Amino acid sequence: MASLVLENLRKNFGAVAVLHGIDLAMASGEMLVIVGASGCGKSTLLRLVAGLEVPTGGRILLDGSDVAPLDPAERDIAMVFQNYALYPHMSVFDNMAYGLRIRGVAKDAIRTRVDSAAEMLGLTPLLMRKPRQLSGGQRQRVAMGRAIVRQPKLFLFDEPLSNLDAKLRVQMRAEIRRLQRRMAVTSLYVTHDQVEAMTLGDRLLVLHQGRPVQLATPMEVFENPANTYVAGFIGAPSMNLFPAALSHGGTAAVFSPGQVIAFTDGRRPGADGRKLILGIRPEHVAIDPAGMELQIDLIEPLGSETVVIGRLPDGELFSVKLPGAAPAGESMAVSIPAAHLHVFDAETGLRLDPAG
Amino acid sequence: MERRTIFSGWLLPVVLVLPQLALTVVFFLWPAGQAIWSSMTRTDAFGIRTMFVGLENFSDLFTDPLYLDTIERSVFFCAAVAALSMGVALVLASAADREIRFRGLYRVLLVWPYAIAPAVAAVLWILLLHPQIGLIGRWLNSIGIPWDYKLNDTQAMLVVILASAWKQVSYNFIFFLAGLQSIPRAIIEAARMDGARGFFRFRTVVLPLLMPTVFFLLVVNLVYAAFDTFATIIALTDGGPGKATETLVVKVYRDGVVNLDIGSSSAQSVVLMAGVIVLTALQFRFLGRRSGGG
Amino acid sequence: MNGRTDWFAHLVLCLGALLFLLPIWLVISGSTLDPAAIARGELSLVPRLSGLGVYASVLTQGSPGAGPVWRMLMVSAGMALAIAFGKIIISVLSAYAVAFFRFPFRMTAFWIIFITLMLPVEVRIIPTYTVMSNLGLINTFPGLTVPLIASATATLLFRQTFLAVPDELFEAARMDGAGPWRFLRDILLPVSAANIAALFVILFVYGWNQYLWPLLVATDPKLDTIVIGIVKMIGTETQTEWNRVMATAVLALLPPVMVVMLMQHWFVKGLTEGDK
Repeated sequence: MASLVLENLRKNFGAVAVLHGIDLAMASGEMLVIVGASGCGKSTLLRLVAGLEVPTGGRILLDGSDVAPLDPAERDIAMVFQNYALYPHMSVFDNMAYGLRIRGVAKDAIRTRVDSAAEMLGLTPLLMRKPRQLSGGQRQRVAMGRAIVRQPKLFLFDEPLSNLDAKLRVQMRAEIRRLQRRMAVTSLYVTHDQVEAMTLGDRLLVLHQGRPVQLATPMEVFENPANTYVAGFIGAPSMNLFPAALSHGGTAAVFSPGQVIAFTDGRRPGADGRKLILGIRPEHVAIDPAGMELQIDLIEPLGSETVVIGRLPDGELFSVKLPGAAPAGESMAVSIPAAHLHVFDAETGLRLDPAG
Repeated sequence: MERRTIFSGWLLPVVLVLPQLALTVVFFLWPAGQAIWSSMTRTDAFGIRTMFVGLENFSDLFTDPLYLDTIERSVFFCAAVAALSMGVALVLASAADREIRFRGLYRVLLVWPYAIAPAVAAVLWILLLHPQIGLIGRWLNSIGIPWDYKLNDTQAMLVVILASAWKQVSYNFIFFLAGLQSIPRAIIEAARMDGARGFFRFRTVVLPLLMPTVFFLLVVNLVYAAFDTFATIIALTDGGPGKATETLVVKVYRDGVVNLDIGSSSAQSVVLMAGVIVLTALQFRFLGRRSGGG
Repeated sequence: MNGRTDWFAHLVLCLGALLFLLPIWLVISGSTLDPAAIARGELSLVPRLSGLGVYASVLTQGSPGAGPVWRMLMVSAGMALAIAFGKIIISVLSAYAVAFFRFPFRMTAFWIIFITLMLPVEVRIIPTYTVMSNLGLINTFPGLTVPLIASATATLLFRQTFLAVPDELFEAARMDGAGPWRFLRDILLPVSAANIAALFVILFVYGWNQYLWPLLVATDPKLDTIVIGIVKMIGTETQTEWNRVMATAVLALLPPVMVVMLMQHWFVKGLTEGDK
């Protein structure tokens, strides 16, 4: 258990800056999920902490001491890899024991630690098998076991579930969360899957093009996305975003064609006419006979709910998530409840909260 | 291709490459440099004075009808060996690629001859073709065909070609079989559905997909025929009768080691080096294409 | 599939197998015959069991033009093993350095090694002889083996194998705390075992079958390899004792053929995947 602090951590590959300066402070035992689209720099960030890449600048403080100059072996960090990276020629037992042997742990201590980790993960009957004799889920468990037996200061997870099928992924997700809570080891978890991010993390760090855009609890990120990128990235189907302009002295917005929506939570700063982006999640859109007409393009029934994708009168794409079955007909009337409205500045993309 | 991560430090890797590098410099680069240097010098008849003559050895070489004959002979020999051994190997590999009984056994029987030394191959062919003791040689003479490769130029060439090609069949068989097996079954099945059969299917579908292997083996076989058949030729005919089976390598050896004409032998070495460089460059071109590179 | 074409494939393969088995059977059978009968042209495919004594004789006593075969077998085995192991060891080390480290002149070193592909012994006969005699290596066992140990082919093959090892496996080992030697010993070599075995077969056969090199640097009969010995024996055409030559040929064939047959699976895989 340890605290992790990153100070202005930067990484360039040649002339290309991949990480523009990350600041982060993690409490001991916290699980932080780094989430972003591929190429956002999230894996690089993880590899910098692991010691597999050398940072261009900044500090990595593990329990208060800077580990940036240290070799991976000297950092006391364990990592679970995307492809598991099990040693193909070693048994499950040897795979888990290898790191302990290198560190000179006594034989019976290794035995005890591997046995208890195997017990915890349900691997006991498989200890003498080779990785190729295991299923995907079992390999995943061995990779976890290898990290657990080390009893490290910090766990790193690099998209560990992305090679599993959907059902197994859900099951392992719950298991990782349970184990991490039980062992209370500080953990950094990288994923591009927003469901994983929402369900696993104590906090989320959303990365976009090498810059941190939001660091908050999953619900905070969902309810108050910091900018249009986060708004569109978190939540499925994606939030509807459409252009608008400030009006009525900052108390309302107009969006084409002439629709006005009044803010319920207060006045936004700026002169009337300031360009805005409005956002509404599909599940918050209301069916309202007096509302706008939505021409239905596509209906995606999901069983318990239905996603309707259509076009507003001005041609803007718009999706609606309804409980139950799809409506009949080629169009439906919808309205946007002001209470669920997200307001962003059109130029910066940043969230625009009520003034004062 | 490079690795994503590496070990740090430079002293250890330098120590690790040093043995290989030292051997390479001492036994490859230095002699090669010497060859280039002595190819431009000439020693007088008494071996006392050595003088620099520029490219004179080369111009002598390429105006020497004997040398030009040797080049022509070597090219013919290499082409014949490559064509014969690749042709036989391709037929065998096509047969072994089928789902038939005993195919494992057939493969073993066709792969083991890889281990035969060129010199030993020569002994085996003597037993077949020697005019007095050889099984086939004696039979030819008995039915009235005069056969003695120790006296007849054409027959001598035929014998060294047969023995050299025979020894290389296994190697080609291994690669052709691997090449055939890497052709997706679905493509063959699609061709069958399209109605292509037998040799027509082989020529229009299989062979074009096998071309990278063919090119690769062609280069390997030319290099083999040019260099690795030295022992076969020496043991069978010693380059004779006369110069009938004297290839470029046999000539370098004779001129350098036997006749001690260092300047000319070195110039011949340099010519051979140029030949190998061209062949190796070709090989890597086709290797690149083979692995989908470019 | 198709009965008629299968039958044809069997025929082709049987003929192919015979093409190699017949000469071998002939040499085995011939080795047991009476030398005078062979010289008269009475080579037969029926071996004479009473003639098997020739093997004991060639193994222990010299033949015209060559020494006892056991001695030549030892030289050949020593040479083949030294070359195979030597090449594997120094090629593994240099490929490891090139693939897993960055150091000054790394690519220069790689290209210098690569160039040796283009310089087979045959093209540098005389100057290599000069270098060998300058170093006092003529007629010595190290002279017979050490110069052949440099290997671009093996280095390229190992580099390719090492580059194919997944990055994550290497990173996992580093997270587990493995340094360069430990990673090489515990992970890289075991993972590459099949390639090493295949290369061993190829290099053993290469070393065993050498002719020009020993001919050049080892004129001392004590250093005759069995391949050299055979050519010497048939060189004395007039009084060649053919049964002894054939027995020697059988003994020369046996070790490399055994190595290929025993390790056939790995060998074929390594040969075709590594490209030469």
